[in-house]
Amino acid sequence: MAALLPDHSDLREAVVAAPSVSAVGGRTHWEVGGPPPAGAVEVTAPSGVVTFDPDDLTVTVDAGTPCAELAAVLAEHGQECALDPRDPAATVGGVLATGLSGHRRLRCGPLRDRVLEVRFVTADGRLVKGGGPTVKNVSGFDLPRLLVGSLGTLGVIARTTLRCQPLPAASVWCTTELDPFAVRAAVLRPACIRFDGTTTHVLLEGETADVAAELATIDGRECAMPPWPDSPHRGRISVPPAELRTLLERLRTAPVEWAAEMGVGTVHVAAANPDALLGARDVAEEVGGWLLREQGAPGIDGFGIPLPNAALMRRIAEAFDPTGKCSPGRLPLTAESIHVV
Amino acid sequence: MRASVHRASRRRLDVIDTSPETPDALLADLRATLGPDRARAEPLELALYSRDAGVARGSAAAVCFPRNGYDVAQAVRVAAQHDRPFVVRGSGTGLAGGATPLDDPLVIVTTQMNRVLGVDAEQRVAWVEPGVLNLDLSREVAHLGLHYAPDPSSQAACTIGGNVGTNAGGPHCLSSGVTSTHVLAVECVLGDGSVAQLGGLEPDIPGYDLRGCFVGSEGTMGIATRVAVRLTPNAPVVRTLLLDFLSIEDAAATVSGIIAAGIVPAALEMMDAEITRAVEDFVGAGYPRDAAAVLLVELDGLPDGVTHQVREVERVGKDHGARRVRVAADDTERALLWKGRKSAFGAIARIAPDYYLHDAVVPRTKLVDVLRQVYAIAAEQQLTMMNVFHAGDGNLHPLIVFDAREAGIWERVERAGDEILAACVAAGGVLSGEHGIGIEKRDAMPLIFSPDDLDAQARLRDAFDPSGRANPQKVLPRGSRCGELPRVPEGTWI
Repeated sequence: MAALLPDHSDLREAVVAAPSVSAVGGRTHWEVGGPPPAGAVEVTAPSGVVTFDPDDLTVTVDAGTPCAELAAVLAEHGQECALDPRDPAATVGGVLATGLSGHRRLRCGPLRDRVLEVRFVTADGRLVKGGGPTVKNVSGFDLPRLLVGSLGTLGVIARTTLRCQPLPAASVWCTTELDPFAVRAAVLRPACIRFDGTTTHVLLEGETADVAAELATIDGRECAMPPWPDSPHRGRISVPPAELRTLLERLRTAPVEWAAEMGVGTVHVAAANPDALLGARDVAEEVGGWLLREQGAPGIDGFGIPLPNAALMRRIAEAFDPTGKCSPGRLPLTAESIHVV
Repeated sequence: MRASVHRASRRRLDVIDTSPETPDALLADLRATLGPDRARAEPLELALYSRDAGVARGSAAAVCFPRNGYDVAQAVRVAAQHDRPFVVRGSGTGLAGGATPLDDPLVIVTTQMNRVLGVDAEQRVAWVEPGVLNLDLSREVAHLGLHYAPDPSSQAACTIGGNVGTNAGGPHCLSSGVTSTHVLAVECVLGDGSVAQLGGLEPDIPGYDLRGCFVGSEGTMGIATRVAVRLTPNAPVVRTLLLDFLSIEDAAATVSGIIAAGIVPAALEMMDAEITRAVEDFVGAGYPRDAAAVLLVELDGLPDGVTHQVREVERVGKDHGARRVRVAADDTERALLWKGRKSAFGAIARIAPDYYLHDAVVPRTKLVDVLRQVYAIAAEQQLTMMNVFHAGDGNLHPLIVFDAREAGIWERVERAGDEILAACVAAGGVLSGEHGIGIEKRDAMPLIFSPDDLDAQARLRDAFDPSGRANPQKVLPRGSRCGELPRVPEGTWI
């Protein structure tokens, strides 16, 4: 079995040779977290679907594969991975490293729950596997979940095995006049409830008859997928869903465009200027949340708040990358490294 | 499964007799800190807590029963002062020896921390203490139309804290995911006695997913003192089907056919001829005694979709030779069908006094092939083998039933177990789907992980617990750390 696996030697050699490295995918999430490390050598994971057995509902893919390419391969067999990056040019490895879940989290769960196995190249050039290729596995510690959202600081993700799911028979966006806070209780497994302060959009997915029935339940009118906030300075707020009511009330008067994922607690925010994004961050922090800078907004740091359990996170980072070679600065692992771009 | 049913270890219990000297100073400090009735070291207690429902036995220095997270932190600190490791334990239903005390540790039992601290029905979240029983939580929130989804077979006895430790599964994890999917946050005491909250109710946390690392870490990264779990709304319609087949191959092909039809059932369980007969003789659920295999399929959701899926499953089953598809007419019949499945381990007690339950996962497409090998291995070792398992996710549970009084039988049971594991790994499978590694499979880890893979896991574990005091000698074999000399651990076996 092991002999059949490519050893990713090109990638390993590149990592070993460089004084510091930064993994590059589709550059669609390039500004998430801290700034790209100055002087770091950019390395790229290979691309391509390695194995896909539809009956297993799993796919193994090299990390450099664009999500759109993966989606096309899976769709031929009526399946999907629901990675849902906003920009389909994003690579699988990039999505995993940034850890950003897509807009269908309410039905499909967070990104981390779809990652079964990860192979990554460590700072000293070793190829390490975590997790396993089966849909269920409790053999050993959960390195895949550790890697999701690690922003390249523990190593370069080379290959992954992901859990797939059947494409829903029906998938319909609609608007509804229902109170956005009441929609979730009215439908069984909505994929997304999006509220932007004026309109409530709902994405219903599932068996055709069920989608029709739930469309009627919420008196929905079919529509196209609504756009997400897209001004130059973007971020996403993460807040306990119970705090959404307070948060959204306060955001009403803020000079930002926003769209909340109800029931999840993610609020996508975009602003015409960095100060407005900073204002939204203040509001988020006031209600116990935080704002991740995703794009633009030079002058404000990636996270705004210190990492929780920073000492423990620092120990983990040092355990995997003792010399701080991998994507230094992407995570504010030390107080000094909270960056201002 | 209840500890009392799992008796394969009797022989071992007789062989290994460990009754260490009571470390009086440790006990005295625990009593002074936690209260006089909160710590014990009588021989009977030490014997009780020397093992879980698995087969490995260790020995504890003392046992304590904290009432809250503060007590847990105090206990961990007292253990550190006495240079003792500590092992956390819930109900002790684990099958891999994860709670077996090694290195004469302090055993910290969380069963008295059993309060549901709060339920937010609107957000479908509950904060619970680790000693809350899995089924009790579902019962507590039933009036809200909610339940806690992971349902290990031991759910009436096992604790949420233990579920977090092993990342427990269950029949209904096929569509809804195992424990990690349902745990939002964990408040825990780390190896140095400090308290941390990992994860949170917000969807994302800056930095690493420490919550994800902690779930399934089998007590090696600390002790959960509060857990925020996701609650799942009950589906308005639930249908349970029983399909019976003349061959295992047909049943397995039906499993693949159901998935290929785009249906991920709520549960998809398979039972072979032997266990089906045993169960029918035991509970009389109306299972066909002459079937080579039966499938138990549960579909849930909205009325029209479920009706459609029931028809599809019937069609796929008939296409693959199902003799009969029985759809439970009402909740009573549903409960009866499930009673058959869930009584499997009670039923086998009528056949032989002892059993050894295995747990491994193979890719779903390899099920038939691996099952054939599993039967051949049992035949070669002249063992009675039954299979009842989570077919939907390829999670095999070969069950060897035997009488431990028979001379030389244990060696054959062990040999069969090793060969079954090797067959699963050769088919691209993994060592455990839901029981965990503990001590039982620790030394099998190199079958699926390279030295570099194990080293990475050791680094993660050590980062969480630099002291190494949290549940030592579990999960990772000696020699996992680069530069660490491999040696045979003393006083333990797998």
